[in-house]
Amino acid sequence: MKLSRIVITGVGLTAPNGNSLAEFRANLLAGVAGIQRREIRYMGTQLAGVCDYNSLKHQTKKEVRVGTRAGSISIYCAREALADSGLIWEAVAKDRVGIYIGCTEHGNVETENEIYNISKFNYDTKFWSHYHNPRTVANNPAGEASLNLGVTGPAYTIGAACAAGNMGLIHATQMLRLGEVDLAICGGVSESIHTFGIFAGFKSQNALATHADPLKASRPFDKARNGIVISEGGALYTLERLDDAQARGAKIYGEIAGYHVNSDASDYVLPNPTRQAECVRAAISRAGLVPRDIHIVNTHATATPLGDIQECEAIRAVFGEGCPDTSINNTKGYIGHCMGAAGALELAGNLPSFDDLIVHPTINVDDLDPLCALPGLVLNQPRAVAKVDTILNNSFGMLGINSALIVKRFVP
Amino acid sequence: MTKDECKQVVLDIIADIAPDEDLSNVKPEVRLRDQMQLDSMDFLDIVMELRKRHGIEVPEKDYQQLASLDSCAEYLTPKFDALTGKS
Repeated sequence: MKLSRIVITGVGLTAPNGNSLAEFRANLLAGVAGIQRREIRYMGTQLAGVCDYNSLKHQTKKEVRVGTRAGSISIYCAREALADSGLIWEAVAKDRVGIYIGCTEHGNVETENEIYNISKFNYDTKFWSHYHNPRTVANNPAGEASLNLGVTGPAYTIGAACAAGNMGLIHATQMLRLGEVDLAICGGVSESIHTFGIFAGFKSQNALATHADPLKASRPFDKARNGIVISEGGALYTLERLDDAQARGAKIYGEIAGYHVNSDASDYVLPNPTRQAECVRAAISRAGLVPRDIHIVNTHATATPLGDIQECEAIRAVFGEGCPDTSINNTKGYIGHCMGAAGALELAGNLPSFDDLIVHPTINVDDLDPLCALPGLVLNQPRAVAKVDTILNNSFGMLGINSALIVKRFVP
Repeated sequence: MTKDECKQVVLDIIADIAPDEDLSNVKPEVRLRDQMQLDSMDFLDIVMELRKRHGIEVPEKDYQQLASLDSCAEYLTPKFDALTGKS
């Protein structure tokens, strides 16, 4: 079966260090992180990646009040991606548009808020909001985007823990190839800094980062790394079949070359390097490539002591020493762990490398952990390279879901 | 509480639940729904905020009494007065 070629034609994002791809990329090249101190209910001051996009750019005040943060981020990113795509939105058949948004979790924020709210009324549930259910249904972020955009095609979320951002793109690729839709708005979002439970859970797991300097707190591969910095954010893309994109003369960021998704089936939280390596190998094979053809590997590493080592083990198994043109980087040192948005945002940060031939580094590595020393690891300073034709984007999540997505330079 | 004060209480709530609306020229005799964008969930918000802020209960059978500012004042003023012990 000959599969349609799928291309990326628009990018909209908000990250803790940028509200557009241009701003995000500039900060990735300049080593500018976006982590700050934030008061978390019941927990006091914690470190978090906070976005400062203008929610009223694309929403009314009432939409912001009634909706969720994840919904707002989805709307912002979707509108920005559409604007970037050059599509004339008024002329697009809304029933042929699909919205596929990856989420790590949804509903925690609003449930915690309502329990806190009724705690002020002696836990009398008659003070529980009538908005609770529409805010907490798992499809909320995609549903809010469909309402805002008037999209009448399929709009739903994909729950895939921290692999969810990649999953949004992968699912969209599948749906476009099946002919279910003609345009996909896809990627991932996170509102996780607004739920204390995520912070408390990671803290109880001894996996929450601490550091005197917030900007240094998220430090994958550094010997002194001590956990995750939780962040919010989002990145949504417009994906189209190549012939549609070419027919309207669209700018093309890159082409989906291959992907793979698998499961560890081994532990609730501990990664499994064998399955991760299988996932990456399968994605490369599906793209018709071999490991040395991959020019940038964006690692998922979240700066947990064990997780980073295990991913490095997987990458070493696939790429070994025979891949001189493969650069390896990581984005979480700048923006922390954007959870469901992580994969989608991290891919966005690397896409401009097709044009500028610069690989952004992983930052905050003052003392490289020898167990994370990979050939090709780009540390602390950007690296100019001769060729970037392929980007491999890793995104892994709890309950052992692994995703690997490969985007290649578009060549007609 | 005067009826004008009661209308102001309702307007203060509406200002929070419909923050995009211009409330400077709300006609008290006209249905709220006919002069601004308010849906059924918004009316539930008005009911909830009356409960939270003022301890006033509006049973479902009486929701229609909240249609306009005038009808709100007619219906709610005695409830406010009952709370403060005024006849």
